[in-house]
This record gives sequence, C-alpha cells and structure tokens, in this order.
Amino acid sequence: MSELLKNIIRFILFILVQVFILFKMPPLHRFVTPYLYFLYILWLPFSLSRAALTFIGFFFGLCLDYFTKTPGLHAAACTLIAYVRPFVIGLLISQEGADKNYIAPSFVSMGWAPYATYAIVLTVLHHSYLVLLEWMSFGNFMYFLGKVIASTAVSLLLILVTELLFFRKQKFRTNTI
Amino acid sequence: MRNVFLFIGRHFNFLFFLVLQIIALSFLFRFNKYHEAAFLNVSTEITGRINERYNNIEYYFQLKKTNESLVQENLRLRQQLKENYEGPDSLRRMINDTIKVDTGQRLLKYRILEAKVVNNSVTAMANYLTIHRGFDQGVRPNMGVTGPQGIVGSVVNVSKNFATVQSMLHYQFGVVAKLKNSRETGTISWNGQSPLFVTMKNIPKSVKVNIGDTVVTSQTSSLFPANLMVGTIADIVPDPSSNFYTLKVRTATNFSTLEYVYVIDNLQYDEQKRLEDSTRKKIQ
Repeated sequence: MSELLKNIIRFILFILVQVFILFKMPPLHRFVTPYLYFLYILWLPFSLSRAALTFIGFFFGLCLDYFTKTPGLHAAACTLIAYVRPFVIGLLISQEGADKNYIAPSFVSMGWAPYATYAIVLTVLHHSYLVLLEWMSFGNFMYFLGKVIASTAVSLLLILVTELLFFRKQKFRTNTI
Repeated sequence: MRNVFLFIGRHFNFLFFLVLQIIALSFLFRFNKYHEAAFLNVSTEITGRINERYNNIEYYFQLKKTNESLVQENLRLRQQLKENYEGPDSLRRMINDTIKVDTGQRLLKYRILEAKVVNNSVTAMANYLTIHRGFDQGVRPNMGVTGPQGIVGSVVNVSKNFATVQSMLHYQFGVVAKLKNSRETGTISWNGQSPLFVTMKNIPKSVKVNIGDTVVTSQTSSLFPANLMVGTIADIVPDPSSNFYTLKVRTATNFSTLEYVYVIDNLQYDEQKRLEDSTRKKIQ
C-alpha cells in the first residue's frame, strides 16, 4: 500500500475513532477527556515539508472540529504541534540521517527513549494549548492544570496501547539500492 | 520591496503557521460569540449524514430505554386528560362556551415538531446535539428543544436537513425557570462539572426551598411554554455572602440516552422580539 493511501485511511480512521468511540465514552471525571486523534500528526512521514505538515495539521484539526462543533479549537492545537514537530525531531533524532533511512517516526526508527520524549512533549503541548483556549472562555486555573495533567496521562496511555496494538513495521532503507 | 520578499521567503514556514493560527482562532472566537463560522452549513450537512449512519446502528441498543421514556411520557399526558378529573359536585357540569363574543379566543402560540437526535455529546465543556430536522422542515435558530422528560436546549444553527442544538450542558446556555411551589423565578446555567446537574441562581433567600422541589420553565422565557419540567433540586449550596441561593438542580433529562426530542416553534417570537427591541431603542 502506498504511503499516501495509508495516510488517507489513517486520517479517516483517527477522526472516526475519536468522534464515535472516545468522545462517546461516559465521562470518568470532568478533567479527563481521552484524546488520541493527534497521534495521526505524530505518525506522518519524515519526508513532508514543514509547510505541508502545518497545513495537514490545520486541516485535520478542522475536520474534527466540525464534528464537535468547536470550529478552530482542535485546528489551532494541531497546527501548533505540526509546526513544532520538525524541531522536536531534529533535537531527538539519535544519529544523523536516521530520518532518511526510515519513513515515519516510531519506536523502531527513533529508539524507545527519544520516541517517548517526542510523544510526551507534543502531547503536553497539544493539551496545554487546547485547554488554554477552553479556559479563556470558561473555568479557572485549577481546572486548567488538572485537565492538562489528567488528560495527558490518559492520552499517553492510549498512545502506548495503540503503538503496541498496531505495531508499525519500519523497513530500513539505504540509498545504495 | 525586495527585502520584504526575502523576509517572507526566509520565514515562510513561520508566517504560514501564524496565518493558520489566526484563521483557527478567528473561527473559534467568532463561533463562541455568534455561533457562526465559515463552511458551517456545509459541514453540518456532511457530519450530520455521517452521524445519522452511526446513529442507525446505535439506535438499536437504546430501543428499550427510548420506549420506556416514551411510555412514561404518554402516561403523564394521559393523566392530564380532562376526563380524568371530576368535580366533587356531580350536579355542576363544565360547559365550554362556544360563542365568540370578542376576540379573546385562544391563538396557537407554540407549534411542536418531533426530531431524531443523530449526534449528542455530554463530555465536553460546550455540548451540542445534532437533530435530523432542518431549515426545510421549518426549524430556525432560537427555537426551544425539549425531550420526553424535560427541556434539552435551544437551536443555534440550521442547515438544509439538520440542526445544531446547544444543549443545557453548555457554558453559555441560560434559561429562565421557576420553582413550581413558590413560582419564584431564577436562571438556569451549567458550570461544567457534571452532566447530571445544572445550577439555578437568583432565588432570594426569603423563599422557602426544599431539596426535591420541582423546577419548571417560566412563562417569561420566550423559548419554552410555561411549566415544562427542568429538574429537581438536589442540593442547596451554602453561600453566606449572598442574599440569593445557589441551587444544584438534577436535570430531568438524561442527556446520554436522548433519542427523540421536540422542537418548539414559538409562533409569536418574532413579534415579541420586535416589540422588545423597538422599546429598547425608544428608551435610549
């Protein structure tokens, strides 16, 4: 399956899972909102240009927004993490050129610790910005702090489960072939 | 000029990011204020269709509960039939005077449409429902929406076949309600803590309030007819600094199992609104 087709299918699946499974779950606590959809942006290939990445982030967030009737909320947060993503990868990639040898960020291509850091940084960033925008119209500081921490914990758990369930095989590519 | 282009060329990624952020935030704040955003009508139509597909499946799992709540509603309505009531004096009979001497006849004020709920959320701060009735079926923004058990919210956005309803569980929702016993009016709002409870404010402390009292809609609300169920008082939050009660009200509607709602069209809403607006202009 081509990389483009794979990503289009992921796009649809991530939105449907978020809207019809995770948002439909009975609320555990008002601090906990299980977010998983932004994992799509973490999984995008290395080869995308930064402008393309930012635009995909915006469009992906906006698609979710039209389901939740909050136009712009998730789009703003997704644009932010899509824009920041290349910087984080640049800092964390273990050896020069690893992003040329593999297609997309994963445990295999980046190593366990760098990939975990990458996921944690972007998750915290995404949640902080999202809840900050929510907080500006509603709630107080404790709400902001509690929701960021609780939602980040739940999201990281969900990401771990997803990574283990859908283990992405990554082929090592050299430019000799 | 050349420098400007060079600057744009060098910082293209960052500027592109800023532009997208500004677009996203303007969408968001515009929507929070007026409930309108770009492409909203088209997207409501599309997401509505997808939600409908999903709901067709989900609906079967809720059939039992839906049926039960409809039976309960029928029971309540049957209880209100005139035939059920009898005066203690059987010699006196009520006769409806059919001669219309003056124009004091009753006019239809509320028209009711039924609608299927195709999407519903309770977990967010701003919860909306999508119903499968839209502009073509006569739904307009600012109509009240009620469920079989109690009030649900108000219509904020309408596309051709679907409409978005701001649920009572929305931080911007507000409706005038009254206590059934004392007829004291207050306002209902939601503080975002639990989807089971809303808050009622502006009831003076001189009024006697008990836990379990019924809260119903007031006739001063232009969205709803009077005496529709809102909920029951679950707790009185102590606040010694205020002369008003803060009441925790358990909503009559169970928002997570909502399948059918009724859209209430206030046929005299426009007239009332026009009069009130022109009065406001006159005073200024």
